[in-house]
Amino acid sequence: MTRLTPHQRANFAFGAFSGSAALVIVAVLAFIVWDVLSLGLPQMSWEFVSAPPRDGMTAGGIFPAIFGTVLLVLIMTAAVIPVGVVTAVFLFEYARPDAFFARAVRSAVYNLAGVPSIVFGLFGVGFFIQFVGGNLDRLFSDGRVVWGQPAILWAALTLAVLTLPVVIVATEEALRAVPREHREAALALGSTRFEALWRVVLPQAVPGILTGAILAVARGAGETAPILFTGAAYFLPHLPTSGHDQFMHLGYHVYVLATQSPDIEATKPILYGTVLVLLLVTVILNLVAIGLRSRLRKRRS
Amino acid sequence: MHLQAPLEAKLASEKLELYYGEKRALHGIDIEIPERRVTALIGPSGCGKSTFLRCFNRMNDLIPGVRIVGRATLDGVDLYGRGVDVVELRRRVGMVFQKSNPFPKTIWENVAFGPRILGEKNKARLDEVVERSLRAAALWDDVKDRLQASALGLSGGQQQRLCIARALAVEPEVLLMDEPASALDPIATARIEELIHGLKTRYTIVIVTHSMQQAARVSDFTAFFYMGELVEFGETETIFTNPTERRTEDYVTGRFG
Repeated sequence: MTRLTPHQRANFAFGAFSGSAALVIVAVLAFIVWDVLSLGLPQMSWEFVSAPPRDGMTAGGIFPAIFGTVLLVLIMTAAVIPVGVVTAVFLFEYARPDAFFARAVRSAVYNLAGVPSIVFGLFGVGFFIQFVGGNLDRLFSDGRVVWGQPAILWAALTLAVLTLPVVIVATEEALRAVPREHREAALALGSTRFEALWRVVLPQAVPGILTGAILAVARGAGETAPILFTGAAYFLPHLPTSGHDQFMHLGYHVYVLATQSPDIEATKPILYGTVLVLLLVTVILNLVAIGLRSRLRKRRS
Repeated sequence: MHLQAPLEAKLASEKLELYYGEKRALHGIDIEIPERRVTALIGPSGCGKSTFLRCFNRMNDLIPGVRIVGRATLDGVDLYGRGVDVVELRRRVGMVFQKSNPFPKTIWENVAFGPRILGEKNKARLDEVVERSLRAAALWDDVKDRLQASALGLSGGQQQRLCIARALAVEPEVLLMDEPASALDPIATARIEELIHGLKTRYTIVIVTHSMQQAARVSDFTAFFYMGELVEFGETETIFTNPTERRTEDYVTGRFG
């Protein structure tokens, strides 16, 4: 056998090292999936996904939490897409890249992406509940607290702020991918910048914007910290019917079952079932968005 | 040097200078481009001919740091004067680009794009404009059965004629063509040249070209640009057979460029 030179040895060592690092990731993921499936699958039943909890959460289902999670994510998406897209359009199409305001917005976006999610929760309490909600009550309420309390709308808007950077960055990428020639052609035909944007650029950017929506949903559906103080409830006898109602949430439900239950051992199967459903709901929300995007792409080509 | 053609001028420039930041790209261009004729702008790469062309529909406005001194006029009106509506200008002065750039929409939608942004909503009238424009661009027979198909399915030459049809659909007075055939094969190029020949009875055409043969074939007048200057302008015949300037002669005879 030939002896390896030091160079070759270092090369081999690094290859083995990076390979095993990659293996660790696969192993961790495999362990999580196996753990959740093996303990969560036996819990699956029609009752589990369609009924509310019973007997101090040791029996029954988690339907209110599923409902609340899906509704929360839908409201979040409806809020974050328009704001994110309009911001990205401003940054990419209108602002001069070296303008002070554009640079300030851009660095705010990047910093927003790095803020810990619990901080968004506190921001939601301070801004949406106390400031916006509190002032709404002061102006329109007859003394009762309607908006100045945790609610699904405030939780959804807090998540929307959290996922805003994802949508902005994805939309900017999508706008960048639209060929300059198409903008020029539209302008040379006598379009205003807005017409060129609306009729030529944005339609081409829609699949990319949906990619942003997918990433936002993936991020938003799993976050728990931002909704802790802004709207998620421990247990509710009713489903939310209005924006100022509180709601149950799968992620929060997992936390409650794991730490707040009077009998933690008794709730453990339900805990695993809930985790499995949370993963499934996230996957399904993603698949819906991906399906929508591929249908749009197909229609275009 | 003031060069003039003995015809009604549609486009003109006076002491037109254009700067990219500090760099001067056009050095005081004076020209009068005659109405309903084909004028070719020739010269080596980087001589400013495309930049000059784009002064007439103000496409240079899109490039940050561009500054223009002097006058460029359409029917005697300064295009850079106060109160000029750029959108209106671009409707009167159409443009065909070097790289064909149909929108990723149907053939019909591409041609109807201009009329629609001008507010035309009537389907029958739009159909009429689409047919007339496609006929004018010699594309109607190729595509009349697949108007609802994607424009991206057309060949390169067809795409470029589609872009011409799209430009004609807003009924411009002037057509600026920036090397419209440089990416096409000889047969597709010949069709574009035929088309240009047929269009000049109705439109004032200014064409930038790299090919001197093309300039000789399609144009009535030729302007030779070199290093940001207009060296010589006159009837194409004269420019190619009996130029006044030594530099023009060297270029058209292929000694440099």
